[in-house]
Amino acid sequence: MKTQNQRAWWFVTPVLLLVAFNALIPMMTVVNYSVQETFGDNLFFWQGLDWFEQVLTSERFHNALGRQFLFTFLILIIEVPLGIAIALSMPKKGPWVPFCLVTMALPMLIPWNVVGAMWNIFTLPDIGLLGYFMNHTLGLSYDMTQDPFAAWVTIIVMDVWHWTSLVVLLAYAGLVSIPNAYYQAAEIDGASNWAVFRFIQLPKMKTVLTIAILLRFMDSFNIYTEPFVLTGGGPGNSTTLLSIDLVKIALGQFDLGPAAAMSLIYFAITLFVSWLFYTLMTLNDNKN
Amino acid sequence: MAQITLSNLRHSYSPNPSGDADYALKKIDLTWNDGGAYALLGPSGCGKSTLLNIISGLLVPSEGKILFDDQDVTSLPPAQRNIAQVFQFPVIYDTMTVYDNLAFPLRNRGRDEATVKERVTAIAEMLEVTDMLNTRAANLSPDNKQKISMGRGLVRQDVNVVMFDEPLTVIDPHLKWKLRSKLKELHQRVKATMIYVTHDQTEALTFADQVVVMQEGEIVQIGTPVELFERPAHTFVGHFIGSPGMNVLPCDVRDGGAFFGDELIRLEGPVQSNSDGAAEIGIRPEFVSVSGNGSGLDAKVRKVADVGRHKVVEAMAGDRRIHAILEGDAPNAGDSIKLAFKQSQTRLYKDGWLASTPGEGVQ
Repeated sequence: MKTQNQRAWWFVTPVLLLVAFNALIPMMTVVNYSVQETFGDNLFFWQGLDWFEQVLTSERFHNALGRQFLFTFLILIIEVPLGIAIALSMPKKGPWVPFCLVTMALPMLIPWNVVGAMWNIFTLPDIGLLGYFMNHTLGLSYDMTQDPFAAWVTIIVMDVWHWTSLVVLLAYAGLVSIPNAYYQAAEIDGASNWAVFRFIQLPKMKTVLTIAILLRFMDSFNIYTEPFVLTGGGPGNSTTLLSIDLVKIALGQFDLGPAAAMSLIYFAITLFVSWLFYTLMTLNDNKN
Repeated sequence: MAQITLSNLRHSYSPNPSGDADYALKKIDLTWNDGGAYALLGPSGCGKSTLLNIISGLLVPSEGKILFDDQDVTSLPPAQRNIAQVFQFPVIYDTMTVYDNLAFPLRNRGRDEATVKERVTAIAEMLEVTDMLNTRAANLSPDNKQKISMGRGLVRQDVNVVMFDEPLTVIDPHLKWKLRSKLKELHQRVKATMIYVTHDQTEALTFADQVVVMQEGEIVQIGTPVELFERPAHTFVGHFIGSPGMNVLPCDVRDGGAFFGDELIRLEGPVQSNSDGAAEIGIRPEFVSVSGNGSGLDAKVRKVADVGRHKVVEAMAGDRRIHAILEGDAPNAGDSIKLAFKQSQTRLYKDGWLASTPGEGVQ
């Protein structure tokens, strides 16, 4: 006979409260705004799904979403292979290991708005180190406040600089956990370097890489501070990513209804892509 | 297929070895005959894995040469030596099927698919894994994974030697026995030279025709299981093989006889000249008999362990412990007894090494 009591509630309640106050209740107010119209004075009018329809059919949203996917796609396709390559070339043991690890971790320790500000100054055409070098030494015209292409290159390089380390550290953790016998066996089996990578290192890194890609997807899809500080979404709207656009609608124009609808759609997209990716990656794990 | 010769082999892991203590392998001269089943037996840290890695080419020895037949392979990488090695923990390629795992060493060497198929099928048949060929190797049980590892070692027909580095460590006890006899059977079928590294005497003695016993980087004895048991060349072999190991008693050699205390112990035969002074007597517990009165060494029974097939008597002669293995009745703890040693199995050891030779007409 099992003892029955209600003690477990004591363990669950703090978590429930925490999640309620930092996620569920704020989200419910967003849901509340997304289906109503208000003109202040706590006067609300039922609006149904009109805001959702408005957001989903607006060209502005499509453009921002397109830019957002492009940004995330580009940084993933650069950071993941680059991170793996760096992890592969890092020493596995010896005095250089701590040096490499700390150096790698440094960019991630810098606050996001500082990263934005740093790169802003770094790229100033006349006094920034990079800006001056590009314009006056190489003679290229590089000004990310004027040229959309330069602005894109800059935010991507900035994100790669800031976050490739995360992929490196996770991939490295996966690599050092491979027992030496695997490499010895592969050597005896006559495997080429590519085969070692393809059949030993990559499969052993699969779990950590899944996590790395998931984290990088979510973070880059929700990125706000760095591009906001660096370009403010410009020039024009060229680097206005979803989050920047959302803040403009919500706080700049104070269109709370469309902003609420947009943030729910934004949330749903992030959640769906993460779920899809994770499901696909783990699909084969339990199959024979 | 080749005869493998190790000549004047020394290996140190430190770049500037100063003394003998810095060497993991002190001096190895050894020949492995083509097609033999060898075991390399010794306690952890005795250098047996080092020796194995030198043969496979994963390590380059500090000094000495390795010959495959007449070819010097000392500096060749593993892939060019045409050898196979099975490791302590099963190494399988997770993302591949069992079939692809077995085919991997062949495909890497560019064999055509027809040959691959024929070899993989034959090996799978031998290992009794035919029904798993299309499953993913990641989902197998540890013993089946180790079987696949072995299969990858055996799938190439022309390997010079297949080496096993304590391959049964992670296998459940009841499956160990099965895999061990499988290995023996495989050796008879594929007829490749096999070297089996282990610290488990049962594994070594059941698998091998010739057992090489190592201690602290040196080869102590090479012999058949029976030789190792009956005539250990060194007290270490006596200790290490047998359960319990050989009794080793300090003695004093004078006037051509060995004395334990004041008691003259009859040896198997004449001792080497100039072995007067302190030495040791070695006698296996299997050859110690116990009687209540009669003649022999006075001793007191300390405890008796019933291990099933026989009983192990632990007796104290003075402050020396002597084990005896008895079939049937045994005395009780606390009894005073007489211990007698079978003369033909009583040996003398000087500085650890065997110093007596069998005499004629000794019972």
